[in-house]
Amino acid sequence: MFDASMMRTAPESRATQVSPILPLTMRDVVLRFGGATVLDGVSLDLGSRGCTVIMGPNGAGKSLLLKLMHGLIAPGSGDILWGGARPSEVMSRQALVFQKPVLLRRSVAANIDFVLKARRKDRSRRTALLEHVGLLHKADQPARLLSGGEAQRLALARALATDPEVLFLDEPTASLDPASVLAIERIMSDARQRGVRVVLVTHDVGQARRMADDVVFLHRGRIAEHSPASDFFPEPRCAAARDYVNGRIVV
Amino acid sequence: MQSIGDALGLAVALVLSGDPDLLEIVLLSLQVSLTATVLACMIGLPIGALVAIGRFRGRNAVLILMNALMGLPPVVVGLLVYLHLSRSGPLGFLGLLYTPTAMIIAQTILIAPIIAALSRQVLEDLHTEYADQFRSFCLTRLQTVQALLWDARYSLLTVGLAGFGRAVAEVGAVIIVGGNIDHLTRVMTTAIALETSKGELGLALALGMILLAIALGVNAAVQSVRMTAARQAYV
Ligand SMILES: Nc1ncnc2c1ncn2[C@@H]1O[C@H](COP(=O)(O)OP(=O)(O)O)[C@@H](O)[C@H]1O
Ligand SMILES: [Mg+2]
Repeated sequence: MFDASMMRTAPESRATQVSPILPLTMRDVVLRFGGATVLDGVSLDLGSRGCTVIMGPNGAGKSLLLKLMHGLIAPGSGDILWGGARPSEVMSRQALVFQKPVLLRRSVAANIDFVLKARRKDRSRRTALLEHVGLLHKADQPARLLSGGEAQRLALARALATDPEVLFLDEPTASLDPASVLAIERIMSDARQRGVRVVLVTHDVGQARRMADDVVFLHRGRIAEHSPASDFFPEPRCAAARDYVNGRIVV
Repeated sequence: MQSIGDALGLAVALVLSGDPDLLEIVLLSLQVSLTATVLACMIGLPIGALVAIGRFRGRNAVLILMNALMGLPPVVVGLLVYLHLSRSGPLGFLGLLYTPTAMIIAQTILIAPIIAALSRQVLEDLHTEYADQFRSFCLTRLQTVQALLWDARYSLLTVGLAGFGRAVAEVGAVIIVGGNIDHLTRVMTTAIALETSKGELGLALALGMILLAIALGVNAAVQSVRMTAARQAYV
């Protein structure tokens, strides 16, 4: 159904022209709002491939961590470097799908067109992108009338339209039905397969098991654990993560 | 002095017969106020957009000024424009006093702050919603402004209609700089004021009815724009 070559230039081929964006290194990153320290001494290394899943209770700082990595906010102290470059320098090589999708007040198709045009991409890719996320039949509908799952898929298609080398997703399947969850997981896996570095925030333990190559567990603004998925899932090392994946309440 | 009944009968007859004098006044009114609205939008929208997304020193002062200018009394605007355009004024050599152009200038000055202030509010609210997403898309400032203007199109249309409604109904500015000269600068509001003071209630009432109809029409247009936008969830 879908020809991946129409979608994007492979990151590998582009990596030869510009410096590689990965690995990501974060060192002692601290983020404060007023008196409150919301991220405290975060150090993290992300390798060049795969899907990193970030988990943790509400308010742990997951969304803020994504925004820091992407460069939408700056840390109070500490370093964030993408292959040696600051986040703001590589923002255009990344895309972030927000927790609440921000759709333009236009048709579904126009939402894709907007990004393709603004980023000087091939405008004819719109159809392939919409087909990829199963929204081609809704192309002429007002985007804001889409259901939650459809809106997330449009936001995802729009993010993919920018040919990201790194794709951040902030709880993209929260409160969606199982079919929509599967559709979005398929699109994410597909991107990962094509070499896109995926960073996914989710509360869905099952989804984390299906998607993760490595897992970051964030607890009260600190990284409580960062392990390969094969280690994390039988049994997380830290107690809070263990309770969390076993369905016990963690605050 | 006519009785109100006679005047009402005359008014209805004037409207229904399409009296040429009446028509001329109505058309000039529309021409002046529509032109002023378009000009005020060309000035007010960019200013509104700039203040909406800009973060600069003195922004709060600009906001206060914009909101204060929204309530400019029409007679004061008329007086200021008069002082500039009168023969001894700095722009007197243009010979614009007592012309429709002078009236357009006065009404533009009157409603441009309204357009600027209202559109600033609309665009700033939208920008708050879109800001992070637009930064993530790495849009240029120009792309951001263009997208905001387009996505706020329905709200901005109602802003424009509000400006037009204010322009077409005001009398203070146009009477000072236009002079209510028959067949030249006589518009609905000035004609109503003059005819009423002369006791010629027929024409005044006829124009009053048309003005009321226009006001209703503008409100109906605003309402239907809002409903269209709401139907598509574009508000
Ligand atoms: N702009 C802000 N100002 C103050 N506090 C904030 C702001 N944004 C987020 N926070 C706080 O930071 C903490 C982490 O937020 P967030 O990263 O959104 O959590 P989550 O892990 O649920 O995504 C929360 O306690 C939140 O209240
Ligand atoms: Mg969050």
